[in-house]
Amino acid sequence: MSTELAAPPAGYTGYIEEDHHHDYGGDVVFGFWIYILSDCILFATLFAVFAVLGGNFAGAPEAVELFELDYVLAETALLLLSSFTFGMAMLEANKKNMKGVFTWLGATFALGAGFLVMEVNEFIHFTHEGAAAWSSGAWSAFYGLIGTHGLHVFAGMIWMIVLWVHLWRDGLTEGNHVRLMCLSLFWHFLDIIWICVFSVVYLMGVL
Amino acid sequence: MADHGETTHAGAAHGSVREYVTGLLLSIVLTAIPFGVVMSGALAEGLSIALILLCAVGQVLVQLVFFLHMNTSSEQLWNTTSAIFVVVLVAILIVGSIWIMHHLNHNMLMGH
Repeated sequence: MSTELAAPPAGYTGYIEEDHHHDYGGDVVFGFWIYILSDCILFATLFAVFAVLGGNFAGAPEAVELFELDYVLAETALLLLSSFTFGMAMLEANKKNMKGVFTWLGATFALGAGFLVMEVNEFIHFTHEGAAAWSSGAWSAFYGLIGTHGLHVFAGMIWMIVLWVHLWRDGLTEGNHVRLMCLSLFWHFLDIIWICVFSVVYLMGVL
Repeated sequence: MADHGETTHAGAAHGSVREYVTGLLLSIVLTAIPFGVVMSGALAEGLSIALILLCAVGQVLVQLVFFLHMNTSSEQLWNTTSAIFVVVLVAILIVGSIWIMHHLNHNMLMGH
């Protein structure tokens, strides 16, 4: 025996429409925040590995002989400034000023690229000096930690290019604004991780 | 803090130029201090490490507040609560690893 259901109201699709849950963007940003916190745990494990293995150079050149702090300071400056310029891009996005968003995003991309070039250059230099990823436990932990951070920066830059295309095609729509907010969380998060990297790995490494 | 930080989405406050510039300036100071101390070698090792860690924690907090606009408002309740939960997890993970491995090394050296 079957029960007859009442006919759905006109225009009913079974889906919740966009204007019925106007806080959709907030949910997405919060979900992305949860992803970032889980990424924190990934970096925490890498920091723990570095804390445990960071002194085991096993005959390979030691950190104190290779680290150049003025070089690291320049990398730090690039990444910190790029965090700031992304903030400026967000302010322009809030003002719906497309030209400003493109300009500041471009600056952020250039600073991020500068950081990444410096980092890869440093890796090549260290490897030539005999401190390669496979040389010792300490250097494996070093490349694992810093390389993961660098990969995140690289991913952020690819995301920036994709978002650039989105913005160029569709303008500052609600969806693009939410994407921009997620990327801004991601980019600021990478700078926060870098604070821990330069403090624990580089500064405490040369002491 | 009253006239800026307007919120359009739950848990995603907007900043202002003043907020970002303040964050940048504080970050520069908190980066310059530890680099200056280590590069000049002015302080003893233990004191330097304490200062480096203090400046790092300070700069992380500065960036969380001024760049990520974290605060204790009710819209941000879940952002902040989840972040505190992760801080506890990270602390257990890092302190626990160092603690265990330190004792392991110690016991190995003692020949037990």
